[in-house]
Amino acid sequence: MFKTRITAFIVILVGVALGFFVYQSEISNRNLESGATATGLAKYPFKLGLDLSGGTHLVYKADVSSITKTELSDSMDALRDVIERRVNAFGVAEPIVQIQSGDFSNAGEERLIVDLPGVTDVSKAIEMIGQTPVLDFRVENIDGDAEQEATVDENGELNVDLYSSMYKKTDLTGRYLQKAVLEFDQTTGEPTVGLQFDAQGSILFEQITKENIGKTVAIFLDSEPISIPRVNEAISGGKAQISGNFTATEAKTLVGRLNSGALPVPISLVSTQTIGPSLGEEATTAGVKAAIFGFLIIVLFLILWYRLPGLIAAIALSMYVTIMLAIFKLVPVTLTATGIAGFIISIGMAVDANVLIFERMKEEFRKGGEIPESIHHGFKRAWLSVRDSNISSIITSIILFWFGTTLIKGFALVFMIGVIVSLISAISITRLFLYSLNIKKKNKFTNFLFGSGFRSTKIITAPAVSK
Amino acid sequence: MFVVKYRKVFVTISAILVSLAVASIIVFGLNFGIDFKGGSLLEVEYSGVRPSQDIVEGSIKSLDIGETLIQPIGDNGYSIKARDITDQEKKEILVALGSDATETSFTSIGPSVGAELVRKSIISFILVLIGIIFWIAFSFRKVSKPVSSWKYGLIAIVALVHDVTISAGAFAFIGFLTGVEVDTLFVVAILTVLGLSVSDTIVVFDRVRENLRIGRSKIFEETVGESLNQVYTRSLITSVTVIAVLLCLVFLGPSSTRIFAIVLTIGMFFGTYSSIFLASPLLVIVNNIQNKKKKTR
Repeated sequence: MFKTRITAFIVILVGVALGFFVYQSEISNRNLESGATATGLAKYPFKLGLDLSGGTHLVYKADVSSITKTELSDSMDALRDVIERRVNAFGVAEPIVQIQSGDFSNAGEERLIVDLPGVTDVSKAIEMIGQTPVLDFRVENIDGDAEQEATVDENGELNVDLYSSMYKKTDLTGRYLQKAVLEFDQTTGEPTVGLQFDAQGSILFEQITKENIGKTVAIFLDSEPISIPRVNEAISGGKAQISGNFTATEAKTLVGRLNSGALPVPISLVSTQTIGPSLGEEATTAGVKAAIFGFLIIVLFLILWYRLPGLIAAIALSMYVTIMLAIFKLVPVTLTATGIAGFIISIGMAVDANVLIFERMKEEFRKGGEIPESIHHGFKRAWLSVRDSNISSIITSIILFWFGTTLIKGFALVFMIGVIVSLISAISITRLFLYSLNIKKKNKFTNFLFGSGFRSTKIITAPAVSK
Repeated sequence: MFVVKYRKVFVTISAILVSLAVASIIVFGLNFGIDFKGGSLLEVEYSGVRPSQDIVEGSIKSLDIGETLIQPIGDNGYSIKARDITDQEKKEILVALGSDATETSFTSIGPSVGAELVRKSIISFILVLIGIIFWIAFSFRKVSKPVSSWKYGLIAIVALVHDVTISAGAFAFIGFLTGVEVDTLFVVAILTVLGLSVSDTIVVFDRVRENLRIGRSKIFEETVGESLNQVYTRSLITSVTVIAVLLCLVFLGPSSTRIFAIVLTIGMFFGTYSSIFLASPLLVIVNNIQNKKKKTR
């Protein structure tokens, strides 16, 4: 008994701690000035989907007709990298760029999905994504007459746009690059990036290197330097090697970026969706309101109908809500309007297990069982129906998750987590608390506490055991 | 239990409800939205007083974007539905609407995306059905007498189809009254109804399973009746809790999930109805048919 009570106490503490975490992280997030970097608890805000935060959702179709099956996944990855880079350059906070592979359900169409939270100027976004990036080689600016642009960023650090003034453009651009490959230095084993220019590019490259021995040549991608190697000798044959302190992954990324000077796969826009920020805010407020009211109604019902066990179930339900909110923050789960709907429905379903168990308990109680036994039987006998009925919901949510647009996934994921967490909260937590109360005696008062509904439960005392 | 006794009456009622639903779907039709057909929907809000619908229609007609459907939304806005338009065409519309109008939301869906949704909806629907039949057959595998565990699964599916058809029929009627369209969320709602409705049926079947194991009554019909008596309250309560939160969602929740919540509420209601008034009577009927076959042999 002592052990049960200690465990129950710890569970309550954990619940309170989680609740504190959810509350405090929301508060510190509210107080966060816009633009400031989040620290501490403010690092865990609720992650809102596009329909709640406002933003743009773009779906592109990739034309993969000229690509062989073996190259398909690589080219799509390369495509995603290119688009991701362009989107990042656009300055979007937390953009999502993902590949939706073609399968039997979408007639084998390879798609690229781009989510841009906070961006409502679609035209600009579309333009940005559709733009071909520029790869070019620049040499040191000997004249030194270029003005340096200095800016102070929000953290108060001085940023000098050194590179664009230190280097000047040459004729050599990504147009002349035949391909880039990942190589390893034969002596040091260090990963390097090998470049292969085409015929014209080779001549240009030879010329540039000849003129710049001992100096640096900068490789710019979208007007940003990605590598600044030093030229040791004139290079003919159109082969160059960029050695820096690359890790293998960095080198590989660079190869991908260099090879993707142009989009590896042509794309066309098939679907757009923009949600204004005010619309999203309204939806969020309404969702939260519905959730609070739904929760209160259920709690009220539980306490009025099931009395003491109902009160305990209400506490378990509060813990369920807290656990779910903490999961939303920690995982984090992207919340959409449908996700909130799923969460609200799951509040109604989370008590289903409790209802099944309590009804069963009452049944045993009416038959004349002692309180601890009735509780025990209630949990044991109701388990099968609780398990079976919840698994059918899990099956549905798994299929819905596979079904897949962002909208539906938001619902399915929350629903699935909800069903699983509620199984734990409704069964384990309720049982733990009920046991830890350790009510054994049957009298009018406990009969009332364990009774339910509007009718008073008939008291059947167990036949006295003859000694 | 009177439900088992008058089983033919209840099965008939269900049959009538389903026929009505099918009739509603045929007569009113399901109005598929741009999610399925492809197209675009632009919503704007005016900062001042919105111009009359005629003026808006007139100014858009001059553009070359084909047929449009313009409806007032909220206090100060319009929604404009058209074929899937390009970003450039959208800009032209916004210019035509005047500088007072700001875009609040815009959706444009290409026909291939719509076709994918149709395909995925059908596949998911079938997968959920198969998943549920298998799960019930599996979890009821030990109670193959007198009714085989497969039949529990099949009857649960009959109840499901009943719930889904009625929900869809009700939706067709709502669509006829209010012009609401079938969108992605409708499909999610229907699929969720599948899961929730079967949960309820399982609660009843589980009790039948347990009572069969205890084997107090030799007569199957009585066992089912007794089981129903024992569990109908809890079956009702579990549904009431879900319906209560759904109603909160309908009346207080965001407008984007309102129809979704309404469909779920209807589905939930009939899901509860069918698990008590359809699934159990069917179980007895199937058993009786089996017995007759055995006797004639």
